Amino acid sequence: MDMNEIKEIFFQECEEQLAELETGLLKLNDGDRDPETVNAVFRAVHSIKGGAGAFGLDDLVSFAHVFETTLDCVRSNKLEPNQDVLKVMLRSADVLADLTNAARDGGTVDEARSRQLIKELEALANGESPQAAAAEPAPKAAPVVATMPAPAANDEGFQPVAFSFDDFETEEPAACDLPAYDIVFKPKSDLYSKGNDATLLLRDLSRLGQMSIHCDMDGLPTLDRMNPEAAYFTWKVSLKTDKGEEAIRSVFEFAEWDCDLDVTLAGDTPVATDELPMQPVPFDLSMLDEGAQAPTSAAQDQIAAQERDARDAAVSAAETASNVLQMAQTAARPPAEAGRNATTASSAAQTAAAQQAASAATPTIRVDLDRVDRLINLVGELVINQAMLSQSVIENDTNGTSSINMGLEELQQLTREIQDSVMAIRAQPVKPVFQRMSRIVREIADMTGKSVRLVTEGENTEVDKTVIDKLAEPLTHMIRNAVDHGLETPEKRLAAGKSAEGTVRLTAKHRSGRIVIELADDGAGINREKVRQKAIDNDLIAADANLSDEEIDNLIFHAGFSTADKISDISGRGVGMDVVKRSIQALGGRINISSKPGHGSIFTMSLPLTLAVLDGMVVTVANQTLVVPLTAIVETLQPEASAIHSFGASQRLISIRNSFCPLVDVGRILNFRGIQANPVDGVALLVESEGGGQRALMVDAIQGQRQVVIKSLEANYTHVPGIAAATILGDGRVALILDVDAIVSASRGQSLKPEISLAAAG
Amino acid sequence: MKKRVLTVDDSRTIRNMLLVTLNNAGFETIQAEDGVEGLEVLEAANPDVIVTDINMPRLDGFGFIEGVRKNDRYRAVPILVLTTESDAEKKNRARQAGATGWIVKPFDPTKLIDAIERVTA
Repeated sequence: MDMNEIKEIFFQECEEQLAELETGLLKLNDGDRDPETVNAVFRAVHSIKGGAGAFGLDDLVSFAHVFETTLDCVRSNKLEPNQDVLKVMLRSADVLADLTNAARDGGTVDEARSRQLIKELEALANGESPQAAAAEPAPKAAPVVATMPAPAANDEGFQPVAFSFDDFETEEPAACDLPAYDIVFKPKSDLYSKGNDATLLLRDLSRLGQMSIHCDMDGLPTLDRMNPEAAYFTWKVSLKTDKGEEAIRSVFEFAEWDCDLDVTLAGDTPVATDELPMQPVPFDLSMLDEGAQAPTSAAQDQIAAQERDARDAAVSAAETASNVLQMAQTAARPPAEAGRNATTASSAAQTAAAQQAASAATPTIRVDLDRVDRLINLVGELVINQAMLSQSVIENDTNGTSSINMGLEELQQLTREIQDSVMAIRAQPVKPVFQRMSRIVREIADMTGKSVRLVTEGENTEVDKTVIDKLAEPLTHMIRNAVDHGLETPEKRLAAGKSAEGTVRLTAKHRSGRIVIELADDGAGINREKVRQKAIDNDLIAADANLSDEEIDNLIFHAGFSTADKISDISGRGVGMDVVKRSIQALGGRINISSKPGHGSIFTMSLPLTLAVLDGMVVTVANQTLVVPLTAIVETLQPEASAIHSFGASQRLISIRNSFCPLVDVGRILNFRGIQANPVDGVALLVESEGGGQRALMVDAIQGQRQVVIKSLEANYTHVPGIAAATILGDGRVALILDVDAIVSASRGQSLKPEISLAAAG
Repeated sequence: MKKRVLTVDDSRTIRNMLLVTLNNAGFETIQAEDGVEGLEVLEAANPDVIVTDINMPRLDGFGFIEGVRKNDRYRAVPILVLTTESDAEKKNRARQAGATGWIVKPFDPTKLIDAIERVTA
């Protein structure tokens, strides 16, 4: 492991700590006064500082140091963590995150902002209000006048813990904590004549835990009396396992009549040290004791302020050592045992440290994403291959011998299980995305002068990583929108008899193989009259159109639609809800809104759990098989001759429920045929397209709905206009997946490519 | 080197299930339909482990096991017996005939592979 890898791990750890920090601060903000919450928050900043010190990230260290000092005041009950204090701390957490990112990726941070927060934090630590700091002129590089002892090393309980390098290999809990069994196993000669083997039995036994074997050869006769097929040895085994006596006996299940077996639970006799697979780690034990002083001695150990810097340096060095040690432990497993020779005073603290490490360590491995991607691709191939195999067997109808059919069924089952398992590897909880949102809420609340509380639920709901990565942007925009447009100002809320503080609720849950994300606000709801008027002004609807409430609400997803009287640079940013809708649809998802005037709005997004497969409508166009993404289709219908209206040279409209919708002949657009098909012979797929307009796509027939594995056309061939991707059908043929938006744009006269002629064909 | 398994069973379904399970687990599988055929193919099959049914036409499992144990080259090859029920009496007879262990039908693929792994080096 080189320095870069360690640094990478440090940054990963920072992310975890920053998440801890924010979670803890939000808990405090909700009135939680558990000392453990305060401690967790303090520890998070403290360990970021310690690690940053090791890598010479000075900006990060100095900011974390000030932050930590103020948190220490909270920890020692000198500072009450009220709303004002937490406001400063939450912002400080944001700056700390910025500094961490800057240290990692070499970006810059808003210096003015971090200087301002340093002043506010210092003011808080000095028992002043943060506003006082804002009013004062900034002293140049104010030295931190610590009015309290800086945290001492042993507050953190720097507890070096002995651990065995052997443990890195195994998954079992530490041997010394496990019940020990004494097993006496004496094979009879029959054991061998039945094809059993003492060696194999002992091998199986060793898999249960940690084992040491002693072979008693006293029964071995002299050579001239020895029967080479007889059994003479007695094996004495001591086994440390948590599997229980039943498991031990079941190893000998096949041999129980052909051996003498005695299994006893060893008494509480301590295991001799030399039997432990421990490589003593060279630690200076006197140093151990020093590091493990009782915290009270720190108080007696008050040092003058000018010495403190020197000690801080020592502390960071010690912390770094402790961090590296913790990383090692986390990478391996909980330490086997606290240092045997440590003093009694320190052993309790060590046990605590060990337990903490134990609870923090879940056995995980890190895998490069491209390896997983490769696996997913292969599984996709496998799914296709299996479908092809099944189909060709059915077609050849060999009166399938049962073994072939059985094999195929097994294969299908296995393929499905493999696909699910591989998808599960990439699945991750939405938590990190949700956590980023709380910062967005804070920022927008500040800009708009609103008071907002974000509540999240279902953070551990899992979804494919690619979906998570693409979720942040639309979600950010919706959150902005909810705070900026959805919630009212505190004055208006109070006037309406609500609490001054608005609530935005973000929830995730699984529902029928999809993930459903809901964003609810308790604001004013959608002003339908205003939306309606705006839609009429923008010629989106006729002045006398009779729309349901739901239809009016959904108008906000139209391009260029913004009800904010003045374009705010918050939600606006040149992005409307139509873009949110597009990006959700691009993920194969749907978005809906329901709103109740005076009570707020709920946006509901439903997304597939993975982007590797797609629910498609398989259709035929000019003898070609195409796949249309199901999410794009609103409905399918069989056109009546009376509903088709022609105008111009080649334009045709279909009337659906008193409105007209342009017909798009997919076969013509893709140049599959030169002449227009008669709509009455085919099927119309009503699709929503960019800009919210509906179009009716003409296809010849619908073959059915199917889940298809998406194959990139760009990666395997080249981009084809009007085509989003490809898939391979069960019969091995390639089918193209339509890019509905591109087809619709082409139908508007923006041709897909020059050679596609949209001119009237007689 | 793939381990070679000889399966002896008169039921085609069971043979197929054994075949699929064993091949999936990376074994090479040789199949016989009864005890007589099992003994006939024994030399050619040269198995690392044998899985046999008890009730079979021509020569049952007990007879087949005895036959294998009489063959000098295969007298220590592990033999697992498929029994329909965890019937102690049947198990005992199989043991006396020289069986190494047993698997209860309907067998669970994992258990079958586990048992084979247990008795082979």
